[in-house]
Amino acid sequence: MTVYNSMEMMIITAARALENGSIVGVGTGAPCAAAMLAQRTSSPDLIIIFEAGGIDPDLPEMPISVGDSRTFCNASMAGSMNTTMSLCARGFVDYTFLGGAQIDKYGNLNSTLIGAWEDPKVRLPGSGGANDFASFCRKMMVMTPQNKKRFVEKLDFLTTPGWLAGKDSRKKSGLPEHAGPHQVITDMSVMDFEQDSGRMRVVSVNPGYSFSDVQANCGFELLCATELVKTPEPTEKELRILREQVDPQRIVIGR
Amino acid sequence: MDIQEKGKGPLFTDPDPDAARAFFMKKSRNKTDKRMTLKQAVETFVQDGNYLGIGGFGANRTPVAVCHEIVRQRKKNLGFAGHTATHDMQILSAGKVFNRIDMAYGIGLEARGLSKSARQYMESGQVEVCEWTNYALSLRLQAAAMGVPFLPIRSMLGTQTFEHSGAVNVYCPFTGKKIVLVPALSPDVSFIHVHEADIYGNGLFEGIAVADIELAHASKRLILTCERLVSHRAMTRKPHRTDIPYFIVDAVCEVPFGAYPGTMPYEYFSDEVHLKDWLDAENDPEKLAVFLQKNIYGCEDFSDYIQVNGGMKRLQELRHLELLIKSEIKDK
Repeated sequence: MTVYNSMEMMIITAARALENGSIVGVGTGAPCAAAMLAQRTSSPDLIIIFEAGGIDPDLPEMPISVGDSRTFCNASMAGSMNTTMSLCARGFVDYTFLGGAQIDKYGNLNSTLIGAWEDPKVRLPGSGGANDFASFCRKMMVMTPQNKKRFVEKLDFLTTPGWLAGKDSRKKSGLPEHAGPHQVITDMSVMDFEQDSGRMRVVSVNPGYSFSDVQANCGFELLCATELVKTPEPTEKELRILREQVDPQRIVIGR
Repeated sequence: MDIQEKGKGPLFTDPDPDAARAFFMKKSRNKTDKRMTLKQAVETFVQDGNYLGIGGFGANRTPVAVCHEIVRQRKKNLGFAGHTATHDMQILSAGKVFNRIDMAYGIGLEARGLSKSARQYMESGQVEVCEWTNYALSLRLQAAAMGVPFLPIRSMLGTQTFEHSGAVNVYCPFTGKKIVLVPALSPDVSFIHVHEADIYGNGLFEGIAVADIELAHASKRLILTCERLVSHRAMTRKPHRTDIPYFIVDAVCEVPFGAYPGTMPYEYFSDEVHLKDWLDAENDPEKLAVFLQKNIYGCEDFSDYIQVNGGMKRLQELRHLELLIKSEIKDK
């Protein structure tokens, strides 16, 4: 039997979702590992871009920062913030991976604060480039642990747009069309967003979990796909490449 | 174009391009030797209350030496653009030198964790905040660099990031689509760390530009710190490589390893051990006071700081890391 941990499972699931020949805007950590793994498995022509200006690097190892030298190592271009963000704004960027302290049922994210704006209990970093990426990129992906603290009915602050209050509301807001939340990958399940309502929906459960486990670890009511499937397990090859080539120091997968 | 919605956030700088033009018209164009020590440059050009722009991104090609000098000189009531401000914000927060911030990203050191000094300072109520996104701040600088009062952007819509920003949204006069307008941002004084500069202020850097070209042109005063001075001839021989022309620059300070403990492309990688020491020291106010005394207040200048943290030996290791060269040399 293949032995793997939940972080490896999430990264491998995310890597499989990235279509060959597309462009993905990533940060550091697990999303970067997923993109690097995809390049070494199913999507050799996947193009990685970083918000600080690294365009299509051949990453020798996982970067520590979204702007460190690795992000433009053997790259097609060392550009600028405006190079990357204007590519996104022009509709060139297919995927982005984002995260936050909180996510709601429409895939909106909070990375600004916990508590009230006037007197925050915890002040967090803010949008960074997340709001821009989520506004522009075709498919916004989220990788996060599944628990009630993160999956909340109401965000303390809406930093980054998902489907806002439903698909119509996103359209009405003036945000560009053909962009929005696509998939949420957790340690228990994979979720998408229902076509009309834009509400989060469980489409597959990871081995060892059921829909009710996922619901029990979520602070809002989840939808469930009519044909709920099992998330395919990692293959030996995927695990080997992830462990030996992508993250040999186990910076991300070791946690 | 009627304003549809207006962010509640404060504007810390004047977006009027005519105010910036009035300043630039009077700025000296003289091709003079602008070398100064960093101490002199900060004494001369940073006044209490000024709004700062800090080049680089995260802890990459960030003018860390300048942040130390500002803290060492105990400047007060500054404002700054937090455009992925990480270690720079950590230093400025430890010194409590600012009271307002345009914040796109701050407090965090990316994957390394959150700075406790920065977090506590931001939660203390002593800092006025305006929310932005990274792209919005880049475009605000670009607007100032272009000499226009604003630029349009299609992000921020529908979010509280917009509500707490200083942006507005309108219907586009050409397409009827809703669009956000972000106001020009002209810092009083900015700092950019480059690889090479000549004594007049022509500057060149390697690797990603982040928003430094926009920042250079948006800023009223501009201080370059550089890894090394080069001859004017060396610069003009390859003018296509010049990133910053001399006449927009006010001072040139040669500060080798001036981005330490951050990364400088093709020169040295970040010192993750020392950055972790910073984060650890922040867990205890007494420990932090000792740490700051050792690393900033007790240092005469930045080269002292580097000596205190391993000097040449450590820098050599970081150079190897940056260049992906294994440090061990085997016996022949």
